[in-house]
Amino acid sequence: MLDASTPLVEMTDISIAFGGIKAVDHASINLHRGEVVGLLGHNGAGKSTLIKILSGAYKRDAGDIKINGEPASISNPRDAKAYGIETIYQQLAVADNVDAAANLFLGRELVTPIGTLDDAAMESRAREVMGRLNPNFRRFKEPVKALSGGQRQSVAIARAILFNARILVMDEPTAALGPQETAQVGELIKQLKSEGIGIFLISHDIHDVFDLADRLVVMKNGQVVGEARTSDVTKDEVLGMIIMGKVPPGAKPGPGAISG
Amino acid sequence: MADQHAISTPAHPSTFTQNPIQRFLIATEVDTRLLGMIGALAIIWIGFNIFSGGLFLTPRNLWNLSVQTASVAVMVTGMVLVIVTRNIDLSVGSILGVVGMVMGVMQTQILPVQLGLGLGHPLIWSLSLLAGLVVGVGIGALQGTIIAYLRVPAFIVTLGGYLVWRGAAWWVTMGRTVAPMDQTFQLIGGGPAGSIGFTWSWIVGAVACAAIVAGLYFGRRQRRRFNFPQRPLWAEASLAVLGCGATIGAIWVANAYPWPVRIAENYAKANGIAVPESGLFISHGIAVPVLIAVGVGVFMTFLTTRTRFGRYVYAMGGNPEAAELAGINTRWVTVKIFMLMGGLCAIAAAISSARLNAATNALGTLDELYVIAAAVIGGTSLAGGVGTIAGALLGAVVMQSLQSGMVLMGLDSPLQSIVVGIVLVFAVWLDTLYRRNKH
Repeated sequence: MLDASTPLVEMTDISIAFGGIKAVDHASINLHRGEVVGLLGHNGAGKSTLIKILSGAYKRDAGDIKINGEPASISNPRDAKAYGIETIYQQLAVADNVDAAANLFLGRELVTPIGTLDDAAMESRAREVMGRLNPNFRRFKEPVKALSGGQRQSVAIARAILFNARILVMDEPTAALGPQETAQVGELIKQLKSEGIGIFLISHDIHDVFDLADRLVVMKNGQVVGEARTSDVTKDEVLGMIIMGKVPPGAKPGPGAISG
Repeated sequence: MADQHAISTPAHPSTFTQNPIQRFLIATEVDTRLLGMIGALAIIWIGFNIFSGGLFLTPRNLWNLSVQTASVAVMVTGMVLVIVTRNIDLSVGSILGVVGMVMGVMQTQILPVQLGLGLGHPLIWSLSLLAGLVVGVGIGALQGTIIAYLRVPAFIVTLGGYLVWRGAAWWVTMGRTVAPMDQTFQLIGGGPAGSIGFTWSWIVGAVACAAIVAGLYFGRRQRRRFNFPQRPLWAEASLAVLGCGATIGAIWVANAYPWPVRIAENYAKANGIAVPESGLFISHGIAVPVLIAVGVGVFMTFLTTRTRFGRYVYAMGGNPEAAELAGINTRWVTVKIFMLMGGLCAIAAAISSARLNAATNALGTLDELYVIAAAVIGGTSLAGGVGTIAGALLGAVVMQSLQSGMVLMGLDSPLQSIVVGIVLVFAVWLDTLYRRNKH
């Protein structure tokens, strides 16, 4: 059985370089069951890149990934999904020209006994999940292109939770949303957390994540500056970590911390 | 309940001011774009009929039109998938040429002479066809692999293929024309013998009508099972009537075109049938190549709308990155699309060479342009993600109608090219306007 102290995800000494530029430089990060970890940093700090390694979009140059304490080999998005890792990307990876149900089940379509697409069953499940997420959503027959930013976002989130993800990665999940929709996403994150799902929340805006996250990890120039429990630090101290790389007393310094 | 209330909120005010036509269109959920194309086709047909002095809308011309369209129609169904995934295939005409040559050499030399099967052996036409399919799919696999795995743009790979396969077609027999084709193989090309006749045409029509009604019924039952909104019954009924009406009309036209007098007389003599005073009326019925094209159209529609493969094709066209991130093996899907395209070229090659009763190294020249034009006129967007098989088939019919109409009007051949070119650009411009207004 799984030991409660075994992290759900353990990424150790991860490095990746693009044409000589170290986008992620010996970064380590972990995530436990039912925990929300906020990953903060400027644009270009390497947070999205680090998380794309976890979700299989990029292949790491060095470092180890363990899922439930077991070494995991993730070299493409399919591998990641097999480990129960679902990702909601910043630029909303949805196919604009097909409808919501087709997007929800993309790559994992429901089929009838003779192997054809079971559109009715997929639409039914889609209505169920979308009803939970965004009860006002009615436009099941239209291409996603015709939807508003918030509606597209709920399609992307619904896709992630539809398949009982154990690890959820959300890259700027509320960037495109209005205040009401942002609150909805917040509620959803709390609900998923109570179901024991581990969540990485990535943002460059501290306000998006401070109230939702249990723990914060700050990155700068591809390195981890430090990490802290949200209860041990103030927003200003975290801002100091993001902007200057200065680690406050309540936080644990990482390789990218400025000494003194 | 709050939710229930939300569902029953009154519709948008504009629904109150709808005229009956708008109501009909909304209730039947017909694709208005497709409807527009059918309207355009009707205008073209009626226009040509007037200008050609009533020659266009005759059973004879329409039957010929259907046979002439078959080869391009078969290929355009594959081109839709190619273009939807933001690729292009410039080599289809050349593939048709080389495959036609291979099938020709198989049935005139290798099988009957070198393997000694003797003329007319049933293995000859079937093995020739199989060899053609293998070559076509193989060429598609090769081109698809270079495009998907070596990341060479499809435009370049198939431009290379355009030259390579045309050259290969020449090379097979060093430019010599291969003829005649096997007796059974010739049936694929149409003609009096290559048509299924009066009775079978009606049987096919009846089956098609039954399929239309069954499709509507099962669609409705499926929606009821999940409590989804349904079309009103009258809308379903009108769809059934329209679908069956069009089918019956097409069969009637095909059956109204009789065999040429001389051929009918020879047939009567050979089979000991007395020729009546008024002459013998033997219906052509649906031509075999048309039946093949319709079959391919149905199969490809099924493939694009009812299978995972089809879903992936459209998702890749809409957002290749999203498809990749969703875990779709986009490269392998691309290879499969080009293999399919190659296979369809082989079927088209069989139709073309059987119709000509010869394989020449010029077979299929310029076909790539007609196929691409038909797909684009049929609403396939070169930007990717958009296009239907039915639309592309209609596009093929529009292209062929223009050509054969202009021939009937006696237009000079340079003028024909000019008109086709202008129509292509005009059609795409109209389509752009339509899409801009819709969103």
